[in-house]
Formats: sequence, C-alpha cells, structure tokens
Amino acid sequence: MRELSLNILDVAQNSITAGASLITVEVLENTEEHTLLIGIYDNGKGMSEEQVKSVVDPFYTTRTTRKVGMGIPLFKMAAEMTGGNLEIKSRLSVGTEVRALFKTDSVDFTPLGDVASTVVMLITMNTDRDFIYRRGVDSNEFVLDTREIKKILGDVPLDTYEVSEWLKDYINENTNDLYGGAENENS
Amino acid sequence: MKTLEELMAIRDKTKQRMTVREDTGDDAIRIVVGMATCGIAAGARPVLNAFVDEVAKRNLKGVSVTQTGCIGMCQYEPIVEVLQPGKEKVTYVKMTADKVAKIVNDHIVNGNPVAEYTIGAIVK
Repeated sequence: MRELSLNILDVAQNSITAGASLITVEVLENTEEHTLLIGIYDNGKGMSEEQVKSVVDPFYTTRTTRKVGMGIPLFKMAAEMTGGNLEIKSRLSVGTEVRALFKTDSVDFTPLGDVASTVVMLITMNTDRDFIYRRGVDSNEFVLDTREIKKILGDVPLDTYEVSEWLKDYINENTNDLYGGAENENS
Repeated sequence: MKTLEELMAIRDKTKQRMTVREDTGDDAIRIVVGMATCGIAAGARPVLNAFVDEVAKRNLKGVSVTQTGCIGMCQYEPIVEVLQPGKEKVTYVKMTADKVAKIVNDHIVNGNPVAEYTIGAIVK
C-alpha cells in the first residue's frame, strides 16, 4: 500500500463485513514523541482467540474463494517496519479493535496520505452504518460522528454528491486546523 | 471554512430536488468497483472516486456506483464491472481514474462498451 490511509480503508472493510453498525477510526499523532496511532474499532461480530492469532498470518482468510488474506499482515508490516507494532483485541459478538503504532521519524514510515478520502468513501458507500472519525495532533482534536450528520440531514442521504463533497472539505479544513492552519505535511 | 450551517443549506436544496427527481427504474446501470485488499492496493480508490465524480458531473439518473469485495482476478485490479439488466456484464481491468471519463461517455451514456479497456482485450 502506498499510503496508510489505504490500509485504513482496507481494514475498515473487515468491520463492514463483520456486520458492525458503528465503526470508529482514530488517527492520533504525537509530534513530540514522533508517533502515530491508528485505531479501527468496531462493534461487529468479533473473533475467537484462535481467529485473532491467525489473522496476522497471510495464509488465513475467511474467504472461501482463495487461501490468502493480506489486509492485516500488510498493515502489521507497515507498522513494524517503522519500529512500531500492531495489536488486535477481539471478543465474539462484542467487536474488534485493531491498533497500529508507527514511529513517524523512521525512514520506513509510509505517508498517511488522504485519510479524508478514505473516511468519506467509507461513509458514503455504507450509509446504513455509522462512523466516528477522530483525528488528533498532540492536544488538538477533531471528531466527526455520522450520527450527528444524519440528524442534520434528515432524509437527505449521506451519499448525495454535495454532501460527500462537503464532508471531504469539512474533514480537510478541520485537519489542517489541527496543524495550526498549515498544510498537513503527511498528505 | 465549511460549517454545519452550510450542510443544512445543502440539505434544504437537495430536498427540493428530491421531490422532482423520479425514482430509478429497473433499467438502472450499476458500476461496481472491487475494493478488497488487492483492489485498494492497485489503486481502486481514485477509480471509484472518479466514477462518482463523473456520474455527478453529468447528472446521470439511474446510475449507481457501488463497491464489492475481491472479484477473483487480483492481478488485473483495479477491476470495474458494469451491470445493466438485459445486457451482458462488461468487465474493465487495470483501471485508472484517467479511463473513467471515456467509459462513462461511451458506455454508460451512449451504450458502447470501451472494448480496449475490457478484460477481453487485455487477457489473451
């Protein structure tokens, strides 16, 4: 994957498949400690201990069409290359938490890329689910919750083109604000 | 700066438009983009975005852009399928955002699949 935002899109698809109704995506940066934490948490059907152990194995997948599943292994590799790590916590019928820690000062750090595009795509392609997107830079934080957006929109669908354009600009502008208004150097 | 007030204005404008728009019938065209790990890694996200943009720009009715999982030919990703009732499925492979405008114009609007981008032209 060329951008971590694509890993986020990929891993969040697993939450959709797991039947989650609420998916939280967290991107928290600490510029002093040079760390980036990416979390994807859902209330989907969860996994057994056995399954949690096996998802980091590229030769594990729930798909029946083929015998490989690269999503989590790729994400794990991207984190470990920087000196970080990936952990998965899951409980059957409760949900799953995937947390990846990156060292942003590592030469092997993959750029974060266009997270806004990932978040907007997740929201507009899965309007029957809810998403919370939390983006933090040190002590600054921006949170988007689709349940609040849906309240404002009423029966206007989230995947209306003007709405998705608004969402993208809204996320981008608020993200830039977290960096003191300067362009985010990661995207 | 984008504000929630702006979102409310979009809502009100869209509501007006929704009442005049006719519902899409059975002849709806579906553009399906493969968005599994293989598709995403190969660049499916900009392709899907380009289809959404192009369909909106042309204000096309009865056309939906959706995503699906792994289509099963990862080496040809990004893969896009165009499904239309009563017509054979058309599969476009090794898609890029640049190819999208031509597919929407020739195929979606005018009904002529872009043969050179299809799986038949690339896989011999």
